[in-house]
Amino acid sequence: MRDLAHIRLSTFYLLPLTFYLLISCQPTPDDGPKNTPKAGSSDASQTTTTLHYFTWSDYVGPELIAAFEKAAGVKVVVDTFSSNEELLAKLQSGAIGYDVVVPSDFMVSIMIKQGLLAELDLTKIPNVSMLAEQLRRLPFDPEHRYSVPYLWGTVGIGYDSAVIPTPPDSWAVLWEPRYKGKISMLNDQREVFGAALRVMGQSLNAKDPMLIEQAKAKLVSQKPLVKTYTSDNYDQLLASGEVVLAHGWGGPVARAMAVRPSIKYVIPKEGSTIWADCLVVLKTSRNKDLAMRFINYLLDREVAARTTNRLLFASSNREAKALVDEKVRANPAVYPPDSALNRLEWIADVGEAIRLYDRAWTELKMR
Amino acid sequence: MRGRRAWLLSASLADLVFLYAPIAVLMLFSFNASRLSATWQGFTFQWYRLLIEDVALLAAVQNSLLVGVISTIIATVLGVSAAVSLERVPFRGQRVVEGALLLPLVIPEVMMGVALMLFFVLIKLPLSLVTVTIGHAAFNLPIVAVIVRARLHKLDPRLEEAARDLGATPWQAFRRVTLPLLMPAVLGGALMAFTISLDDFIVTFFTAGPGSTTLPLKVYSMVKSGVSPVINALSAILVLVSMALIGLSLALQREREGQK
Amino acid sequence: MSPSDPSTTLSDHSPISRRPTWLLLPPLAWLGAFFFVPLLLVLAISFATRGTYGGVEWTFSFANYVTMLDPLYLKIYLRSLALAVATTALCLLLGFPLAYYIARAPARWQGIWLLLVIIPFWTNFLVRTYAWMFILRTEGLMNTLLMGMGLIEHPIEILYSDTAVLIGLVYGYLPFMVLPLYAAVERLDRSVVEAAWDLYAPAWAVFRRVIWPLTKPGVIAGCILVFIPSLGAFITPDLLGGARTMMVGNLIQHEYLVARDWPFGSAISFVLMGLVLLGMLVYLKVERARQGDETVSWAGGDRQ
Repeated sequence: MRDLAHIRLSTFYLLPLTFYLLISCQPTPDDGPKNTPKAGSSDASQTTTTLHYFTWSDYVGPELIAAFEKAAGVKVVVDTFSSNEELLAKLQSGAIGYDVVVPSDFMVSIMIKQGLLAELDLTKIPNVSMLAEQLRRLPFDPEHRYSVPYLWGTVGIGYDSAVIPTPPDSWAVLWEPRYKGKISMLNDQREVFGAALRVMGQSLNAKDPMLIEQAKAKLVSQKPLVKTYTSDNYDQLLASGEVVLAHGWGGPVARAMAVRPSIKYVIPKEGSTIWADCLVVLKTSRNKDLAMRFINYLLDREVAARTTNRLLFASSNREAKALVDEKVRANPAVYPPDSALNRLEWIADVGEAIRLYDRAWTELKMR
Repeated sequence: MRGRRAWLLSASLADLVFLYAPIAVLMLFSFNASRLSATWQGFTFQWYRLLIEDVALLAAVQNSLLVGVISTIIATVLGVSAAVSLERVPFRGQRVVEGALLLPLVIPEVMMGVALMLFFVLIKLPLSLVTVTIGHAAFNLPIVAVIVRARLHKLDPRLEEAARDLGATPWQAFRRVTLPLLMPAVLGGALMAFTISLDDFIVTFFTAGPGSTTLPLKVYSMVKSGVSPVINALSAILVLVSMALIGLSLALQREREGQK
Repeated sequence: MSPSDPSTTLSDHSPISRRPTWLLLPPLAWLGAFFFVPLLLVLAISFATRGTYGGVEWTFSFANYVTMLDPLYLKIYLRSLALAVATTALCLLLGFPLAYYIARAPARWQGIWLLLVIIPFWTNFLVRTYAWMFILRTEGLMNTLLMGMGLIEHPIEILYSDTAVLIGLVYGYLPFMVLPLYAAVERLDRSVVEAAWDLYAPAWAVFRRVIWPLTKPGVIAGCILVFIPSLGAFITPDLLGGARTMMVGNLIQHEYLVARDWPFGSAISFVLMGLVLLGMLVYLKVERARQGDETVSWAGGDRQ
């Protein structure tokens, strides 16, 4: 019995150990053995400065990071989060050590009010001068005292033009019974209510309880048509034909187009959301100058263009657009047509009215 | 007798098919040319190539394994000692302790994550792999304890007493008599703990600090740009290497038995 | 694997029953420091109120607990409860034969089987769930296969239904059932079962009278390990269920991470924890009354 136990024990310990060794022995490409970028190794931080970048995964290509490390003679450690609220929760609690983070527009305004952000010295971020026109004066930070937009985009409808021959131009298409079971909506209360409010001709930042209640009634009537509420895989659903209408951000719709060319994107005539993920420096950062240099680097024309090509989110640098691949540049899911720009609205913090949205959202789900 | 075994075997094989169906699918997609795991677009090795180049991803895997192994060891040692001590002596307050041991199983993950994060910040312990490991050990300890206790239950205490009567120290008696009898449960519990730790997202997110990104943190944060098929490639390799190691250990075992 | 170093702390004359008292200290200390103290923090938060930007305002109130009595939330509780019960039952049904088979396999195969059961779970949960979506969707693998074999005429719509959620939950928690069951069955004395068969007892009677009572602690441990996490699941209902309804797990997640209402989220969590503990307590009371034994514990069954 004991013998048996020992044999088994060895198998059990061998497994993780082997994986660990396999990965540790991994030769690191490009920068050779002397500069092994092991996350969190302390010996490296003693000799060189380390910049901690907290972002969405895949938001920056590893080769771009490596280039910055080389140019600035520093180490950049990238950590990732998967929602704005997670990010806020972590920063609010007093977790420190991050220098540059990437909150979305509405979260920037909350972070400013919470006093989490450091003031930027725009002379150290000269690339700010190349910001696209519509991103120059943001409602939540008009003078870019705390934040600079990095990537931006819109919310609209991705649809399969092979199934829906007449291009839809209104949110109302999402209420059409003939597409029952072929519609996906974002799993995001503000966006879903935003679509309903817009179709009612209202602002998507409505705070009036009556309006929210009406929007809810509209959404309840839509629910039987909706196949799924999802924020993270409608690109797959569109590409595989599971849905023919998807309420969503442009980037994923653009990804679906690459697989199924009949997918198209439209920003409805009633107007929609414009969003931007912004670069900010935390008040607790100990490398503020370096942080701003890094921000400037990310906003560089070429760096930005490469990021846009890969992620299919538009760069805030207007000059980067010219460097972006022709097909990406012409894609309305990435760069909305100029004619649509004046119908776009930022999602704003609605203060206490958020409780109404919460409640209405829960009620919608429990129908 | 034959019929019963055949029935059990087919039920078990059906379970295995169920368990491996999605694994087969994701292995298939690790060779799919399309970035979206939606339709088959042709065969490619590019995700494996990208995986080898993705230093940050491999560092995350390394972090995950490190946390998994260390937290499993802590949770197993503490879980076994909790189970052993609870089973043997009835004492005052035992019910309270038993209930308390169950509590970490019951707590919703988000709340545990937030609570631990607030606590670590409060005691000024910088968030890092250390805090992640502490958290994992905390939620895995009761899991090991529950599994071990289920086996310990009704284990004949006279076995250990007999060993004592024959002059074994309490430690020897435990080590030589009780522990081997417990081994299946200890291994089962440890395996469970390691698996949960390896795949934990919520508690890890809240207790991780700069530079301590684990694999699940990396994967979940890909939702915005789309989860890359590189993860499928990684999963496929993980499963295949595990299988190969099992085969190897089986072969070694055979050989050793053959020598005897 | 040593619980601690014994040589210095134990006198050779101490009876066995003395040993465990101090053995309990390290695990309790660990949980005390890294679980119960943090828990007190969120307990305090559950009586506070949400700040305008999602922080915590320290005004003491029971409002969060009162809000929860709303029928809307009760409905969510009941739904989650039903799904968790169904998940547990299915896991037991699927897991028992497997665990039994593993425990009865030749010794050297047991470890291999266990690893085979667990290895799928070393791949990431999210990609596994995506794989399930691919299998279950309308034009997915399952429908293609079934239609190819001529078993069905039209694709079955499973994805984005409670069935899909159930499949996902059972899949996710099956090893939680198999491992403790295996540990319990492995100890089952083979000769006892064989004796029952030799006496030509019907299969059901052998199971009911011999196997079941002896493996009950493992069954209970497995049920606890499956039931509780499936009650709090939130990603599976969202992805496989299409997020068309909410489970308690979604609600808690929503309050913490979307509504940024930590106090309410904490209050829901504590009520959930309270209900689960209460359920176990009731179970214990019933078991004790049934067996007339006061020492029955959650590890199940009776004690010697």
